[in-house]
Amino acid sequence: MDWSSHPAHVYRDYKSTVLRGPTKPLVAIDHTLSELTGPVYGQDSIGPLDADLTKNGQRNGEPLGERIIVTGRVVDENDRPQANTLIEIWQANAAGRYIHEIDQHDAPIDPNFLGAGRCVTDAAGRYRYMTIKPGAYPWGNHHNAWRPNHIHLSLFGPSFTSRLVTQMYFPGDPLLELDPIFHGVPEGARDRLISSFAIDVTEPQYALGYEFDIVLRGPNATPLEI
Amino acid sequence: MSPRQTPSQTVGPFFAYGLAPEQYGYRFTSIADHAVASPATEGERVRIIGQVFDGEGTPVPDALLEFWQANAHGRYNHPADDRKDNLLDPEFKGFGRIGTGTSADASFHIDTVKPGAVDGRQAPHINVVVLMRGLLTHAFTRLYFSDEETLNAADPILAQVPEDRRATLIAKQDETLAGNVYRFDIHMQGERETVFFDI
Repeated sequence: MDWSSHPAHVYRDYKSTVLRGPTKPLVAIDHTLSELTGPVYGQDSIGPLDADLTKNGQRNGEPLGERIIVTGRVVDENDRPQANTLIEIWQANAAGRYIHEIDQHDAPIDPNFLGAGRCVTDAAGRYRYMTIKPGAYPWGNHHNAWRPNHIHLSLFGPSFTSRLVTQMYFPGDPLLELDPIFHGVPEGARDRLISSFAIDVTEPQYALGYEFDIVLRGPNATPLEI
Repeated sequence: MSPRQTPSQTVGPFFAYGLAPEQYGYRFTSIADHAVASPATEGERVRIIGQVFDGEGTPVPDALLEFWQANAHGRYNHPADDRKDNLLDPEFKGFGRIGTGTSADASFHIDTVKPGAVDGRQAPHINVVVLMRGLLTHAFTRLYFSDEETLNAADPILAQVPEDRRATLIAKQDETLAGNVYRFDIHMQGERETVFFDI
């Protein structure tokens, strides 16, 4: 693992890490076929509405909130496009409420918004999905704690070693400076989690556009002959 | 300049409707669930059960576990595994996913087939990813089988694990339960902390 990019397991300002993050040293192992293979999910994992979160939860109308388009490239560390790669997406609604039944935040559920979706990259590694900009919401980590607006993303990439679960943030969010989950990332790597507003992705009279490139771990050496 | 890796962030407490929607009863299809093997998959049926414990020994009710394994012939369903002498099973992808939030005791179970030995030297094993609120970067571990003592003793990855911690990676066959059941508890911290790998 590239620990200059990824958060350490225990980061005290994010309190849940204290009892859940492993504390014994990780055991470094040689890569075998077990690490260099991984589950393959592509276009056949996607339903027709999966990449449009403004449509896939509709019951009797349009979801409320600001429509956005999110697009970008998925590449590896050698800048090689990652084609036909699944991205799983989940997020809060415009009011900052998750549909999840354990979310007790006193903000409205939107009957027309599920907040889950999927998309797949094309041959150039590009992806695109449409959604509603998620709201900020309070959480119990410390007094007056609020999560910045964010979208959760999950990718497998080409092998078990490239598994990535992350969160995409929005530019100019004042809550980022106060968020221990964002700050758990090594300082020099944090900016990689912030999307950029893109007027050329924005569709006139319809939706704002954001760009967010995702960089997966690159291939290591060939499997060790063990 | 080459791009640098996108940092990991926690899966958070609310992943269920995105990553395991059918298990939790949400109106969205799941790409994978506890049924790693289908009825048509070749091999010896096994069920893995267990719980995930935090540093106080409390079962974690909002963990998500992922399992990746070779088929009964020891072959992975992935282009990087192109060994012709190990047969692919078209009925087996080899991936499973389950959250610990739908049972009263925060347990998980998967139904699969026992993987074959992978490359002539690795004992049968399942690769595991552990994700949860409070884990900013997911943790990797492996599950081996208690009734494979000879192969486990020769396994080159287990050999890289300090001897006194190897037992944390061995799923124990539970003969008191019907079916072919192995118990694999994951301890995030403490004396029995599961071995997690830096891969």
